[in-house]
Amino acid sequence: MTNVKKMIEDYGVSRFIVTCFAVLLLVAAFLQGQDMTILFSDILNRFGMYAFFSLAMVPSIISGTLLNFGITLGILAGVLAGLISLELGLTGFTGIGCALLLAIPFGAIVGFGYGLLLNRVKGSEMVVATYVGYAAVYIMCIGWMVLPFKNPSMIWAIGGEGLRTTITLDGYYDAILSNMLSITVGGVTIQVGMLLIIAFACLLMYLFTRSKMGIAMRAAGANPIYASAVGVNVNRQRIIGTVISTVLGALGIIIYAQAFGFYQLYTAPMNMSMYPVAAVLIGGASTRKIKISHVILGTLLYQTIIAVSVPVVSMLAPEGGLGDVVRIIVSNGIILYALAQAGGNK
Amino acid sequence: MENLKPVLEMVDIKKNYFGNQVLKGVSLKVMPGEIHALCGENGAGKSTLMNILFGMPVIHSTGGFEGEIRMDGEVIEIKTPRDAMKYGIGMVHQEFMLIPGFSVEENVKLNREPLKESILGKFLGEPMKNLNRDEIRRDTQAALDQLGMDMMPADKVAGLPVGYMQFVEIAREIDKRGVRLLVFDEPTAVLTEGEAERLLAAMKALADQGIAILFITHRLDEVMTASQHVTIIRDGAFVKYLNTKETNVTEISALMVGREVEVIERTKHHEASNEIVMEIEDLKVEMPGEMVKGVNLKIEKGEILGIGGLAGQGKIGIANGIMGLYPATGKVTFEGKEVTLNNPKAAINAQIAFVSEDRRGVGLLLDESIAFNIAVPALQNQGKFLKKFGPVSLMDQAAVTENANKYIEELDIRCTGPNQNVRRLSGGNQQKVCIAKALTSEPKIIFVSEPTRGIDIGAKRLVLDTLVKLNEEQGMTVIITSSELAELKSVCDRIAIVTEGKVIGVLPASEDDAKFGLLMSGITEGVEG
Repeated sequence: MTNVKKMIEDYGVSRFIVTCFAVLLLVAAFLQGQDMTILFSDILNRFGMYAFFSLAMVPSIISGTLLNFGITLGILAGVLAGLISLELGLTGFTGIGCALLLAIPFGAIVGFGYGLLLNRVKGSEMVVATYVGYAAVYIMCIGWMVLPFKNPSMIWAIGGEGLRTTITLDGYYDAILSNMLSITVGGVTIQVGMLLIIAFACLLMYLFTRSKMGIAMRAAGANPIYASAVGVNVNRQRIIGTVISTVLGALGIIIYAQAFGFYQLYTAPMNMSMYPVAAVLIGGASTRKIKISHVILGTLLYQTIIAVSVPVVSMLAPEGGLGDVVRIIVSNGIILYALAQAGGNK
Repeated sequence: MENLKPVLEMVDIKKNYFGNQVLKGVSLKVMPGEIHALCGENGAGKSTLMNILFGMPVIHSTGGFEGEIRMDGEVIEIKTPRDAMKYGIGMVHQEFMLIPGFSVEENVKLNREPLKESILGKFLGEPMKNLNRDEIRRDTQAALDQLGMDMMPADKVAGLPVGYMQFVEIAREIDKRGVRLLVFDEPTAVLTEGEAERLLAAMKALADQGIAILFITHRLDEVMTASQHVTIIRDGAFVKYLNTKETNVTEISALMVGREVEVIERTKHHEASNEIVMEIEDLKVEMPGEMVKGVNLKIEKGEILGIGGLAGQGKIGIANGIMGLYPATGKVTFEGKEVTLNNPKAAINAQIAFVSEDRRGVGLLLDESIAFNIAVPALQNQGKFLKKFGPVSLMDQAAVTENANKYIEELDIRCTGPNQNVRRLSGGNQQKVCIAKALTSEPKIIFVSEPTRGIDIGAKRLVLDTLVKLNEEQGMTVIITSSELAELKSVCDRIAIVTEGKVIGVLPASEDDAKFGLLMSGITEGVEG
C-alpha cells in the first residue's frame, strides 16, 4: 500500500487524478460502443495540432517569464505569415515551407518587442501577457480588415473588402504534414511524419536547455540575482526566451492550421493560450519548472480528455448541442484545475 | 533562591518523528528571575524542545511527545500555542514576526488592542469597536522604557535598524500581562556587538523583575556574561546542567560538540611583503545598508586579510562592489590591470571569485542539483564543462558530476550525492557548495563574506579550515569579511576595520582586542603602531 502511495506521489497527485479521469473517459467510451479507432486517431491528430504550443511554454518558463499567456502574439504572427503564403498562391510543401520560413522572422520581431515589454513588468508577466494577447487580437481584427490582401479565396466574396473569418487551406496545403508518412494500424491513423517533426523539435529543445545559452537561461529564470552574480545578462536571456517561445507559437499555428484545414482570424486566437498552459500544468510543470516530458504527457492527457469527453457526453445526453457545451465546461474545468495546481509536482 | 520552586521544569522529554528519535530524554529547569542558557549545536534538538513547550501543531500532528512539563511544580498540559500564552510563556523569535508597514505600537499590540466604545460597536459587538490609541501608546511606551529603548511608538517598523526590531518583539512579549517565562531564540545572531550588549542588558533588567528567561544562543561569551545556569544538549540527549560561575567557555563548547574545540592552527603565516596583488582606491559602493564611502586598501599577495567592523558600516559592500553586484565607483587594480567595475563578468574573468554573504539569495540555485550549482559560473564564463558537437556545444554531464564529486570529497559536503538539490542541504553544506562553486573557476583571489553566518560550530571550523588550506597549499589570496572579530583573529594575517564606509585602520591579527574595539568605535588615536 505504501508502495502504491509513494508511486502516486512520485508521479504527482494532480497528474494522477487527471490520468485517471482520462482513462475513465476511455473506458466509458469503450462501454458505450464508440468507435475507438476514430477516437484514438482523433487524439493523435489533436496531439500533433497542439504540441508546438505546449513546447513554446518551455523557453518562457525556464527564462523566468513564467507561463507564456502571450503566445497569442506568436499565433497572430504565424497567421500573418501563413496568409502571405496563400496570397502568393503557393501550394504544397512550397506553400507551407514559405509560411514556416516567414513565421520565424515575424515571430522573432514580435517576440523581441514583447520581451522588452516583459522586462518592464517583472513579477506580473502572466497577467500582462494575457491582456497584451487580448489587445493584440483586437488590433489585428482591424488589421485583417485593412491589410491589402487580394486573393479572392481569402477576402469576403461580396464587396471584396477585408479577410474572411475562416480561410480554407483546401487546394493549398491542407493536412500536408498530417498526411506525410501517415500509416493506418488496425484502423488507427498514426501520423508518423507529424510525430517525427514533434520529436525532432522536442529533441532540439532538450539540447538547447543543455547548451551554454540554455543553462544561462535556466539560471536567469531560477534565480536572477544568482545569474547576474555569475555574469549572465538576465534581461537578455528573458528576451531570448520570449523570442523562441513566440517563434514556436508562430510555427505552431501553421502546423495547427494545416491539420485543421483553415486559418481562423479575428477573435479565434483569443483563448488559444489557455490550451498549452493547461496542458503543461497537468503534465507536471509549474510556473517555474518544466521538462520536455511534462510537455508531451500533458498535451496527450489534455487532448485525450477533450477528444473523448464530447462523444461520451453526447451519447449520454443526446439533446442537441450539449456536446459542445460539455467541451467548453470540461476544457475550462481542466484549465481551472491545472491553474489551481500550478505549484506543480515537486 | 534554593527554596524557590522552578518556574518551568521539563522532565525527561522524548520525541520521535517517524521513528527518528530526535529527543532522547531532555530535562530542563528554569528558576524564577534567572537567565538560563540552553546550548547545543544546530540539530541538537533545541527547536523541537521549544516546539513542545509552545504546543506547536507540528508536535501533536506527529504523535505528541513523552515526558512532563511542570510550572511551579504542577504538571501542565500545553496543546496549543494559546495554552502556552495562557501559562505566561512568551517567545522572541529569531526571524522577526513583525509587520513592516505597521508602527511599533501597532505591532506590539496586534490582536490584543485595548478597545473603546463606538457607535458601530454598540450594535455589532467587539470587532467594530474603536482602538484606544492613547492606551496603546502608553502601554507601548511603558514596555519600551522597561527595555531602556529610545524609540517612538509611532515609528514604522520597516524603517528601523535590524537591531531595533528585536526589541519591538521583546516589547510585545513583556507587554502581555503575566509573562512568567520568556524564550529568546538566538536573539543576537543578527545583531551587531553593540546591539547585542544592549539586548543582554535588557534581558538582565527583565530577569531582575522576576521574569525567567530561557536564552538559546550559539555565542558562548554571551552565555558566560548573562546567564546563571546553563543546560547543554547534544544530539537530542541531555548532557549537563551547569552553574555558569563554575564553568568556562571551553568546557561548554567541549560538551556541546562532544570534542575538544581547538583554535585553528595555521602552519605557516604569511610574511609581510611589498608585493601588492590588489589595490583598491577610493572605492564607493551604493549598497543599501552597507554604503562604502571611499575605501583605500592594499592587499598583499598570498595573505589572508580580514575585513571587520560593525554591521551597517560598509564592510560587506566592498566585495559586492568589486564584483559588480552593486553600483560602484573608484579604481580597483588587480595584478597591475584595472578591473572594470559594475560588470560581474569582468570581475569573474579577471579570476576574482566571490562567496556571497547571502547564500540562498545570491549564491545558489536552490532547486538545482549540487553539481549544476557548482558548474554554472565556470561553464558560463570560461567555457568549462562543454562538449563540442559540430557547431553546438552542450553541457558535459559526466565532467560536471566528476567535478562535483571531487569537491564533495574535498570539502566534505554531506549529501546524498551530486544530484541532490541544494535546497535540502544544511546551511554549512550550502556554504561549502558556494565555496566549491567559486573554486571551480580557479580564481587567484577569493572574497568570502560572512562565511560562518548561521552555521553550526562543527561546520564553521570546516569552512574556515578550507579557506586556510586554500591559502597555505595553493597560495591563494583570501579576503574574509566577517562580523565576528574572534573568527577573523583566528584565521587572518591582517585585519582591516571598516567604520562609516571607510577603512579606518589595518592591524596584524595578533593585536589586542581592545585596539580593534577602538577602531570599530571610530577612534584611531593610540592604535596605529
